[in-house]
Amino acid sequence: MLLSDRTTTRWNEPPFVVRVTTDASRPSPLRSNEALLVKDRALQCPSGFKMYFSLDDSPVTCSNDARVAALPSTLSYVQDGDIVIVRPMTGGLRVMYRKSSHHNSLMVTPACNNLCVMCSQPPQKADDEVFRLVWDAIPLMDIDTPELVLSGGEPTLLGHRLAQLIRRLKSYLPSTSLHVLTNGRQLKFLRFAQDIAGVGHSDIMLGIPLYSDVSHEHDFVVQARGAFDETVHGILNLARCGLRVELRVVITKINFEWLPRISRFISRNFPFVSNVAFMGLEPVGLAKGNLRDVWIDPADYGTLLEEAVQELKWHRIPVSVYNHQLCTISPTLWDVSHQSISDWKNVFLSECAGCGVRHRCCGFFASGTEVHSRAIKPLASCD
Amino acid sequence: MPLSLVPSHKKIHPPEEFSSEAGAYQLLPFRFVPLDSKKYVLSNFVGEYCVVEREILQALISKTLRPDSAAYSLLKSRHFFFDVGESSALHLLATKYRTKQTPLAEFTSLHMIVPTLRCNTSCVYCQVSHKGAAAGSCDMTEAAADRAIDFMFRSPSSHLKLEFQGGEPLLNFEMVQYIIESTRQREQQTGRKVSIIICSNLSLISDQILQFCEKHDVQFSTSLDGPCDLHNQNRPSAEFDSYDRTRIGITRVREALGICGVSALMTTTQASLSRPKEIVDEYVGQGFKSLFLRPINPYGFATKAGVLTRYSTLEWMEFYKTALDYIIDLNLRGIHIREEYAALLLRRMLTPYGTGFVDLQSPAGIGISAILFNHDGNVYASDEGRMLAEMGDPHFRLGNLLHDSYEDMMLSDVLIETLTQTMTEGVPGCSDCGFQAYCGSDPVRHYRLQGDIVGNKPTSEFCQRHMALFRHIIGLLEGGGTAANVLKGWIY
Repeated sequence: MLLSDRTTTRWNEPPFVVRVTTDASRPSPLRSNEALLVKDRALQCPSGFKMYFSLDDSPVTCSNDARVAALPSTLSYVQDGDIVIVRPMTGGLRVMYRKSSHHNSLMVTPACNNLCVMCSQPPQKADDEVFRLVWDAIPLMDIDTPELVLSGGEPTLLGHRLAQLIRRLKSYLPSTSLHVLTNGRQLKFLRFAQDIAGVGHSDIMLGIPLYSDVSHEHDFVVQARGAFDETVHGILNLARCGLRVELRVVITKINFEWLPRISRFISRNFPFVSNVAFMGLEPVGLAKGNLRDVWIDPADYGTLLEEAVQELKWHRIPVSVYNHQLCTISPTLWDVSHQSISDWKNVFLSECAGCGVRHRCCGFFASGTEVHSRAIKPLASCD
Repeated sequence: MPLSLVPSHKKIHPPEEFSSEAGAYQLLPFRFVPLDSKKYVLSNFVGEYCVVEREILQALISKTLRPDSAAYSLLKSRHFFFDVGESSALHLLATKYRTKQTPLAEFTSLHMIVPTLRCNTSCVYCQVSHKGAAAGSCDMTEAAADRAIDFMFRSPSSHLKLEFQGGEPLLNFEMVQYIIESTRQREQQTGRKVSIIICSNLSLISDQILQFCEKHDVQFSTSLDGPCDLHNQNRPSAEFDSYDRTRIGITRVREALGICGVSALMTTTQASLSRPKEIVDEYVGQGFKSLFLRPINPYGFATKAGVLTRYSTLEWMEFYKTALDYIIDLNLRGIHIREEYAALLLRRMLTPYGTGFVDLQSPAGIGISAILFNHDGNVYASDEGRMLAEMGDPHFRLGNLLHDSYEDMMLSDVLIETLTQTMTEGVPGCSDCGFQAYCGSDPVRHYRLQGDIVGNKPTSEFCQRHMALFRHIIGLLEGGGTAANVLKGWIY
């Protein structure tokens, strides 16, 4: 499933967000933020919608000043309530939010102050428009959205605007749980953590990556000197403010041998964390470019991962394993393994066809089917 | 808010660029002690430890440890040093120190009450000079009991614990009832919660008692010394079969209050030494998930009968090691039972948390961790302090419930003086010990055996026993494998 593509139409206007609807008779006041997906070309389009999507290149019948664009077939899956970013100058369309998905992730800034060797989303220079579009989209989202992820780049580079954004989410989506993916470095400033805590969001967790238990190793992985020191301060400040923290350990060829001691360090220094996630690599972005340096077959670290998970279990610290196909890890880890890969980029291999535990398995990143473990094989059902 | 420099995309910078220069680290406070002929245990004041070869210890201290070595990361992770320019290590240490010292701020948690000194068994090691079941003058009065409850609710502790000691508390169940009902009433008024335990040989357990205990959420602690003949040899009664009564009592308590309604501990006598496996088997057979292997205490009849002198620390350690090995082996075979003293020491070694065990605190736990109210209203800084008084030396008596105020007793010279002298951080023989973070002070025992609350550590059986215990447990952990895994499973 693609999240972005281009339409052939261009016009001169800054980017904006629209909510998709297929209901031509929407109440008029709602139409100004919506795009009508026109399925019946014979009809004269009702007026008042922000724009109109046609399902192929044939024009729809509209008034002359209406914004009309053909929706590429790659994006024709969009449904009522989904939100699309439209970039008229370039024809860019991006599905930012899907109402039916449990994996909506909002990129709030493309900039980052780390440059992790296995980054799946390489940072770009700061772009305020990205923030504005998310800001505009929030009131358009479904109030029953179960969960949203705020990611980047590095969300804390937004400064105090991050707390404002969280406040806005709390206002419009009061029952949506929030997961903020941050390296925590800026949270070394206690005021910043207090700012976020001050919003009083009732269901927020910060996911912070930790790649080693010592600074020189972590700093190497994130390619930023001083990062570990700041991240540790950040974690302590969050705990001080009563904010929940998940620590995320992406496993690479660089740090797989450190997993048990990372667990030990966490149990000793951060026993308050709400969860520790050991995550398989997503081989896109810098990870793809640095594949030889960062990719490691899960079959080669199975025992170490088991040890690391066990260490946390002994200390009663909740632990999860993400992005690992069940056939690549010991069955003793299945109870902590999650179907963690977002639905839009989740695929299975042909080998998986006859597998009896496929319904419990996280599968593969669509981007990463070429590099996969030698342990991949169909398993017998255990039901 | 300053933005950090965004690194360039061009290429991966090598690990060396993120390491400090060789030797550019600052040592943090730590202590060390030999583990065996080759290795040393290094530990810091928050209780993290490392076992390393002598060469590594020397390299660490002389700052020649190489940043690309495994030992460098190991010692840095556990905060034996930090790279110059970084401040997070100090903050983590400060947080861990606060965490470990939390029990101090909690103040007195365990409050022991002796409702009667009467008893119906004549244990060979009895620590309080048992009186016959009929001796009436050994019972607590309501006036004293009221004051004891007042005293307990003065403590700021969030985990108040009330424990009935004896004598045999069930011989004066009326008073036990009175105190429990008053305590539960006081809970309602104050919104606080007290956990209540009766230490009993269970010989007098009845439906009436069990119904009362169920209603008031009361648990039992009993003594089980081993198989029938050993138990009866250690804990004889002129009136009944002591083992039989305890065994039946355990079953009845469990049926009424659930499997967690009763725990048990054992005392090691000369006769126990050759029977570690049988003792463990007795606990397994009676369905216990834990047992507490205790050496004998040097008070009361234990000394009169000469039981104490009949075995050495070394003999006890052999007994303990055999039992512990056997327990680990049982766990590996699917029988889950833990030894509580090992579990306590493991928690101290492997978790950041402080543990409230009275005999292993610094300063000593007497008074500020646990306190005892005797049947006659006398208040002692610990159970052992009372035992000593029963032997004729009231040194650790803080006052009397009926005559002295809370302030007078908690600020009494004997308590303050003992506390100030029992901080292992400054005690000769402890201040530089590599096991200090796991140990503590037992001033009453040292006063009793060496005539001095601090004691002379090289000749102290307390010190010898604990050094041996720490070495043994760290040795097992370092040995790794399945035995270490069993032990790590005991920390919570």
